[in-house]
Amino acid sequence: MAKKRKGSPFKYGIWDFIFDILNHLFLIFLCVVTLYPFVNVIAISLNDATDAVRGGIYIWPREFSWRNFEVILTENKNIVQALKISALRALLGSALSVLSCLMVAYTLSRKDYIFRPVLTTFFVLTMYFSGGLIPTYLLIRYLGLINNFLVYIIPRLIAAFNIMIMRSYIETIPYSLVEAAKIDGASEYRILFTVIMPLSVPVLATILLYTAVGQWNSWFDTMLYCSSEPNLSTLQFELQKLLQAARTMSSSAMDVALGTTSAEQQTKAAVTPNSIRAAMTVIAVVPILFVYPFLQRYFIHGLTLGGVKG
Amino acid sequence: MQKETIPVIISTGSKKSIWLRISEQRQLIVLSFPFVILVLIFNYIPVWGWMLAFKNYNPGQGIWGSPWVGLDNFRELFADAEFYKSLKNTFAISFLKLIFNFFSTISLAVLLNEVKNILFKRTVQTISYLPHFVSWVVAANIVYMSLSPTDGIVNQVLLNLNLIDKPVPFMGVKEYFWWIVALSNVWKEVGWGTIIYLSAMTGIDPDLYEAAAIDGANRFQRIIHVTIPGIAPTVRILLILSIGWILSAGFEQVYLLMNPAVVDTATTLEIYTYNYAMKYFRYSYGTAIGIFNSAVSFVLIMVANYISKKISEEGIF
Repeated sequence: MAKKRKGSPFKYGIWDFIFDILNHLFLIFLCVVTLYPFVNVIAISLNDATDAVRGGIYIWPREFSWRNFEVILTENKNIVQALKISALRALLGSALSVLSCLMVAYTLSRKDYIFRPVLTTFFVLTMYFSGGLIPTYLLIRYLGLINNFLVYIIPRLIAAFNIMIMRSYIETIPYSLVEAAKIDGASEYRILFTVIMPLSVPVLATILLYTAVGQWNSWFDTMLYCSSEPNLSTLQFELQKLLQAARTMSSSAMDVALGTTSAEQQTKAAVTPNSIRAAMTVIAVVPILFVYPFLQRYFIHGLTLGGVKG
Repeated sequence: MQKETIPVIISTGSKKSIWLRISEQRQLIVLSFPFVILVLIFNYIPVWGWMLAFKNYNPGQGIWGSPWVGLDNFRELFADAEFYKSLKNTFAISFLKLIFNFFSTISLAVLLNEVKNILFKRTVQTISYLPHFVSWVVAANIVYMSLSPTDGIVNQVLLNLNLIDKPVPFMGVKEYFWWIVALSNVWKEVGWGTIIYLSAMTGIDPDLYEAAAIDGANRFQRIIHVTIPGIAPTVRILLILSIGWILSAGFEQVYLLMNPAVVDTATTLEIYTYNYAMKYFRYSYGTAIGIFNSAVSFVLIMVANYISKKISEEGIF
């Protein structure tokens, strides 16, 4: 732009041209490095499992087959159940969390609310410390939330950061709307759900998507709190278990390479798990790709809002 | 206009008795207090659990009934050679991650900032943000697949370039583990990390570039003397914040990438804590490590903030 202006001080020489070419090439290379693993895993997941063992599948399946997905989505009861739990916690967990945070955020946005200063500090403080792994685990156990679906939902209902983002958004809504509703005799609940909530849809949608992605991606809480209840397993945890199996195998495969053990059986056993693993990885990524355009539409906005708060 | 009405309400409100105001605002209280109790339970009560570190927790006697042991857990901790090894691993991994992360995100942000074609820039951004949103389980899978000695892409490329004669089992060599953690973190987070720098760059006054060009600065000189100083305050704040995180190497990532062959270099403080808690059920000892971790992080962030204030008269507190 600037360089086209008459008398512009910006000179565009040969070195600038070379720089631009190299810069574009590098950025294209970066995109390839980012995307290749995803393309590769899709190709492997759509390839016949026994054929895939021969290796050499890069960006396109050699012997096309839906078999791996069939096994996961219909035949393997554990994985089907885990998929259901993952979807349920993503939907329910994010919806309830957004609703809870909104209720708190609305009260904290009210400058006349008598507990506003003390509660703001109370919630903000939780961003700066945590009880740590063991005390939290003991608490969850004490509350009887071990092997209980609610452990995915209740401890995650309130996120102080989300409350602060929502609060600063609600504060931009003209207060006269709230006053007008009050004069008409509306209760606080009615004001929240019929005035504030419809006007806060952009920020609520953003936080809903982020929370849902966070829920969908969680596996550590499953391992910690629900690993002895197969009906509460999640897709990410099942994938993690397969990864762990493959991990220990790859180190024993290394033993084979070093001649320490003969583990031909182990390499045979690794055949199907690898393809299943690829297909499960695809299933774990697809919902994220699906909401990605929406995430992207809002996230810069969300980030700036977060910045305003700090 | 509208904002002016608010103080009026406050001033009339504050003349009323506090009980009257509470009673008037009971609906707001109904909306917020259930969650106050929730946060009290899930965020504040676990902090009391820190006292476990000064007790010898015994499930039969419970938290209250277990005997006090003073600083015994800490004494044992500081006498354990494994502790020092995991401390070293933690420092090494998070230091490498910090350096790689800062260098890669700043470089990428500068390069993206030089792209004039908006569509191309947007496309690169969209693609490079993607790995940030996938879980570490998926990312670890991808790392294992890419580095596999049998058909991993990295080995294939290195073999074809004749840089190696036979496949390298990257994940099984303990000397490589720190670097793999740092580099896989770059793969996942580099694009996402540029957002904050790019938004700082849009805040740089275009006149500065023009003035630099009039003074004869070429493109590289403009990057060095205008762009970089323009984002320096952002870099400083992020650096101080990340120094507070130096004792957390990222539990999920390390846990998912480690395997039996590399435990020597992969056991970080968080893994060490997890092992003591969940494998040996030594809750008190594990809590002591957690407290050590928090205390050191707190001191480090204070020191970093102090140094930053001394150097540039700017801190974050």
